[in-house]
Amino acid sequence: MDPMAEIKATFFQECEEQLVELESGLLAMDAGDDSSETVNAVFRAVHSVKGGAGAFGLDDLVHFAHVFETTLDEVRAGRLAATAEVVKPMLRAADILADLVRAARDGGFVDPARCETSSAELKKITGIEDTAAADDDGMDGLVFQPMQVALPPIGDAPASGAPDLDIAALLAAAQPEPEPAPAEPGGWTLTFKPKAELYKKANETVLLLRELARLGDVEVELDASELPLLPHLDPEGSYLSWNIKVRGPAPEGDIREVFDFVESDCDLTVAPIGAEGEDASGLSADDVAAIASAEAELDIAALISRAQGGIAETSEPVGQSSEQQPAPVIAPAPAAPVAAAPAPAPAAAAPPEGREAKAAAAAATIRVDLDRVDRVIDLVGELVINQAMLAQRVTEAGMARASSVAVGLDELEQLTREIQDSVMAMRAQPVKSVFQRMPRLVREVAAVVGKQVRLVTDGEGTEVDKTVIERLTDPLTHMIRNAIDHGLESPEKRIAAGKNPEGVVRLSALHRSGRIVIEVADDGGGINRERVKNIAIEKGLIAADAALTDEEIDNLIFLPGFSTAATISDISGRGVGMDVVKRSIQELGGRISISSRPGLGSTFTMSLPLTLAVLDGMVVTAGQQTLVAPLTAIVETLQPRRADVSNLGDGARVISIRGSYVPLVDVGLSLGYRSEPLDAEQGVALLIEGEGGRRAVLLVDAIQGQRQVVIKSLEANYRRVPGIAAATILGDGRVALILDIDALVAASRGTEAPRMLQAG
Amino acid sequence: MNVLGMTQMSDPLTHAGMGRELISFRIGSQEFCVDIMDVREIRGWTPATALPQAPPFVRGVINLRGAVLPIVDLGSRLGLGQADPTARHVIIVAQVQNQIVGLLVDAVSDILTVTDDMIQPTPDVASEMVRNFVRGLLAIDGRMVSFISLDRVLPEKDLEVAA
Repeated sequence: MDPMAEIKATFFQECEEQLVELESGLLAMDAGDDSSETVNAVFRAVHSVKGGAGAFGLDDLVHFAHVFETTLDEVRAGRLAATAEVVKPMLRAADILADLVRAARDGGFVDPARCETSSAELKKITGIEDTAAADDDGMDGLVFQPMQVALPPIGDAPASGAPDLDIAALLAAAQPEPEPAPAEPGGWTLTFKPKAELYKKANETVLLLRELARLGDVEVELDASELPLLPHLDPEGSYLSWNIKVRGPAPEGDIREVFDFVESDCDLTVAPIGAEGEDASGLSADDVAAIASAEAELDIAALISRAQGGIAETSEPVGQSSEQQPAPVIAPAPAAPVAAAPAPAPAAAAPPEGREAKAAAAAATIRVDLDRVDRVIDLVGELVINQAMLAQRVTEAGMARASSVAVGLDELEQLTREIQDSVMAMRAQPVKSVFQRMPRLVREVAAVVGKQVRLVTDGEGTEVDKTVIERLTDPLTHMIRNAIDHGLESPEKRIAAGKNPEGVVRLSALHRSGRIVIEVADDGGGINRERVKNIAIEKGLIAADAALTDEEIDNLIFLPGFSTAATISDISGRGVGMDVVKRSIQELGGRISISSRPGLGSTFTMSLPLTLAVLDGMVVTAGQQTLVAPLTAIVETLQPRRADVSNLGDGARVISIRGSYVPLVDVGLSLGYRSEPLDAEQGVALLIEGEGGRRAVLLVDAIQGQRQVVIKSLEANYRRVPGIAAATILGDGRVALILDIDALVAASRGTEAPRMLQAG
Repeated sequence: MNVLGMTQMSDPLTHAGMGRELISFRIGSQEFCVDIMDVREIRGWTPATALPQAPPFVRGVINLRGAVLPIVDLGSRLGLGQADPTARHVIIVAQVQNQIVGLLVDAVSDILTVTDDMIQPTPDVASEMVRNFVRGLLAIDGRMVSFISLDRVLPEKDLEVAA
């Protein structure tokens, strides 16, 4: 990859992170968190995107980000409260920003009308006319934007947008205002004398001064008295110092923070203005303005002429102003002319980025190519198998358990396990990355169907293997769409039902018994069972006279071709409904179930394995074959008595477990490893709980033990096998098949609802 | 005539160096061959784990250095009757499209270097096996060797299609 493309790729990667930060920050604000930390994080995110985009000349992105940033700055400065009316448009703007970033990355296209609408929305909030950004090419205008919005002191100064800033008006506006906070000093007097090191480290005093200007109204006075004559001038020396007055309520800490990174490279004093007994300089606003405008340009020229003059008349170093001080150059920083912006980097960039760097150092991470991690995982999988084979050989060779070889092998086994766990942990990711995509989805779907929806997420930190994460997005997206489109009622109906017009969709994740459980719950009307049943009859999915339990009716929505939407909406209801969700969950080795209460809402519960690579299994024998049953499905194992087993109808058997009859599945028989049924008393029974909590008993010849097995795909070189979920390799090097519990149970269950109904 | 024959002979040789190389093997009394480029390795028979609901020609799966490899009894697949594998039987590990499959055969006999013009077109016979698998015939030292294609050696991937 050429270096530029690489840098760009990094930029987009970082953009993704910033966008995530942005959205989660905005959502926190939406939830009422208006701490400056959150607001700053949001601002920083937009700002970084803008900065990077500027460097790559992504103008659309820069312009939009700029408008966004301006609005955020209002919030950051406390001039705009982060109410719902403010945050909601910002969320929409964040979506557009994300689209713009992706469009820039993938060469896509974002409807300019959308950007316009959103920009207009943002501008409306702040009441700021966008002037500079629209015409300025590049960053100059942007740099000064924060100062522009800093203009209206209290509120009603509409002159804020005027492109040519009136310094007199500015000072007049600022000065007569008596500082309201009595405890605060009126401001701070600073002396700032950079050392040469400051410049060597590529710091820029103008940026620091500009940053100061953000904290209040600033008077900057250049002290060039130490400037030597040209022959004595060290080109890399530092001779200039500044006396600065910052007026405003800014605390000392904020002032010092500006100099955070140059502190050791300058002499800095900060004192309250009052302490020197010197308040507003005797100059009136008009005087200041006059001096500023007159001397701003003269400044450099005067200095140069002074230095040059020094060469000519060496005896008179300070020629013109034989007063106590060399001519003070008073230049109110807010009025710093555009031309004085040599560095395109916006002033605000420096401190926040520094902070980020610190945060990054705290939690050091590296990016690693996923292929490399996968390779390690594969190798560790092989290592586990090899280790098990070795252990078996040692046992076969008749070595004592206490022999040093056996002990060494035990240690090796522990190490191998630990390596395996650590490697798996490398792949584990919090579900946050999936959950984070959902707020946007909710906003968009809610807007399309005209419902008010609040998404509540819980357990975002729950970790699960990356492969599972990757394949979670689609089913979750579908379920959330479904919950909003079909689950929640319209606001009118909700009000009529005495509910909050804003519906709640709750998305939660948690670990439960070695699996991850993800729930999508809505507080809508619940499943309309009458309607579901009628539709199923109408579509010929069930017989008209079928007597179904509530649970069975609820599960009808998982049937292929079932869609309850009366009209096919844009969102869901194209007939690729819950059956697709169910299938994709099952492909992940997961289960999905539904519970619904009329009037109170529905909950979809997905239970998924934490990883697709290893499985805790019970190794069993059935009809001479060694098989593995997933341990998570097994509730208990029991030794059946002949008296407990009864024949039911033609060939089917049930077993009585503590008084309730459970269907008996003869594993050897149903997989075709045995032609005659196994005598229950000769075998071992595994009570299992399958999808939807349905129970069955698997009858096998014997249990060999429990072990963790590495899952190997059968489909890679062969094809799907009914009743078999995957394969694994046992310690003796032979392949063992992993049972697909749900499929086995379903196949043996004549009474299983969907199957029967499909036939009917 | 002779000159013409020579050029025809040398053309594929110059293109492919030694011409096309085939591995020939024996199942019962018949001899077959496959392109050597499709063959990954040759190994001895190890007992396979039987798969439920598999066609009779699929013997099961074995562990090939961590990968699960289906074993096809090629004789059974070609309609020559099921093998009764012993330690002397051989598994030819072959690449078929993007899958790896083990072919159970009686023995590997030779590596043949042939040119395309040595491969005779398959005569029309009624056998479906011949139509599905045999790409051509070779006469090697008076014996007939069938050049077979492995594309259809595994059962259909999609169960619905197969049903």
